[in-house]
Amino acid sequence: MFGRGLKFLSILTVVLVIGAFALVFFYAPNDADQGFVQKIFYLHVPLAIVALAGFVAGGVYGLRYLRSGDNAHDLRSYVAIHLSLILAVGALITGSIWARASWGHWWVWDEPTLVAFLIVFLLYACYQPLRFSIEDRERQARYAAVFAVVAGAFVPVNFMAVRFAQAAVTHPRVLDSSDSMPGEMALTFLLCLAAMALLFVTLWKYELASKHASIRLRQLRRQLAGDDDALLAVPRSAAPQEL
Amino acid sequence: MPALPLDDAGPYVAAAYLVFLALILVYVGIMAAKLQRIEREVSELADLAARRRPGTAAAPADDDDRTREPVESDVR
Amino acid sequence: MRRVVGAIVRKDLLVELRTGEAVPTMVLFSLSTFVLFHFALDRDTVEGDLAAGVLWVTLLFAAVLAIGRLFVAEREQGGFDGFLLAPVDRTAMLAAKALVLLCFLVAVELVAVPAFAILLLGPSAWGVLPELIAVLALADVGVALIGTLVGALGVQARARELIVPIIVLPLLIPVVIAAARATSPLLLETGAEALPGRWLGVLALYDLVFGLVALAIFDFLLEE
Repeated sequence: MFGRGLKFLSILTVVLVIGAFALVFFYAPNDADQGFVQKIFYLHVPLAIVALAGFVAGGVYGLRYLRSGDNAHDLRSYVAIHLSLILAVGALITGSIWARASWGHWWVWDEPTLVAFLIVFLLYACYQPLRFSIEDRERQARYAAVFAVVAGAFVPVNFMAVRFAQAAVTHPRVLDSSDSMPGEMALTFLLCLAAMALLFVTLWKYELASKHASIRLRQLRRQLAGDDDALLAVPRSAAPQEL
Repeated sequence: MPALPLDDAGPYVAAAYLVFLALILVYVGIMAAKLQRIEREVSELADLAARRRPGTAAAPADDDDRTREPVESDVR
Repeated sequence: MRRVVGAIVRKDLLVELRTGEAVPTMVLFSLSTFVLFHFALDRDTVEGDLAAGVLWVTLLFAAVLAIGRLFVAEREQGGFDGFLLAPVDRTAMLAAKALVLLCFLVAVELVAVPAFAILLLGPSAWGVLPELIAVLALADVGVALIGTLVGALGVQARARELIVPIIVLPLLIPVVIAAARATSPLLLETGAEALPGRWLGVLALYDLVFGLVALAIFDFLLEE
């Protein structure tokens, strides 16, 4: 059900990721101020952007689930948020490395984008505990969808509020610096962003297909089990269990 | 080949890229393991089906291809 | 609709007046927290951004206490079922509960803010009272909206007391940011400065966005 076009997508993703890596290390020039460590930027910013997009997509699918009741949307929402959370951890870690390289500390508070990201991460980290704590399947899906929508609305408000809280933006803005970013860096960055986005979509689809297969297997098992109770036990779980 | 600097954060940057690559490979590995488990379960269920209703062996596994199209258009 | 909202609000406020579960606890908690801050910070007075921070963190944690309990009575005593059977707009429950939470917050602040002024605040707050009230009002609305949403979300969860705080705190960080930044110039030792209007704007925007989100989404939390 979710696996259409997966083979093509995977090959394209592999090509793009390898291409992006190659560009980062062999093509893009070293930054004049920051040197080699600036290259973390090609990993950090795509991670952050795709993670945020994934969170918002989770909210969109949550909304679609609420309106249609189609469990497929709930599964999509769950997997999107789940994957984005992993990317968000990556963004925070690479952001910390960048902070260390640029300012000498592993964390800086005058960095509004990083701080706002931490807050968003803390919020979405509650998604799975929330799902796990509600046992009724349908209610779990519905409440998770509400959470996804509220959290999705929260993301832009949060970034705005945190940005306001900083007097001056000290984020090394490779894009907005007075001498505009050289073409090679721009191209490399765009390719990295495309590769990360494609990677996310591919992994998302793989996860969906895998979960879908497990769900159908469980349904089959239940059909075949009949009165054999040992096969019927469905363990409590945060992930959607039915389609 | 870019000269890898030995300054403070340089190794961390390189490590970050390697970790990223490693995580992707780990993910692919996990997917492969899940797929193996799913295939094993499918064959188990096929056996179960054959035992309960002799003559309908291996029927469930093939439904995937046939039911894919109609269901996907609903989901669109 | 207004009658339904009024009925629910009256019921909850009456229960609170008779049993006194939420507000006195929140007040006591706030006072204890002020004492705690005195010892933790090792200061007799605070001013400026430290004062704003202490005040808002304390109010926030007191609010979390109330949020956890907001819907518990409805769930345990069948109030949800009764409400769902009645032919009324479900948004009434949202409006009513948000108003109740707002009332609780205001009641707590009526005691906690003067207590703060006496116990910990260096400069006098009298002169800036109108501005302070403006910030408190806008921030309270935001806390009430988010609190009602998360309270409803958490009421069906098993580990309710744990889940509700961890969800509500990140969501309320923008409110704390804006409220603290707005309040700190008011509480300066060297003489209060003007209230930074843009933080009131941020609070108003937050209230608007989450008011709309709550209106759109609350119904789904009540379905059976």
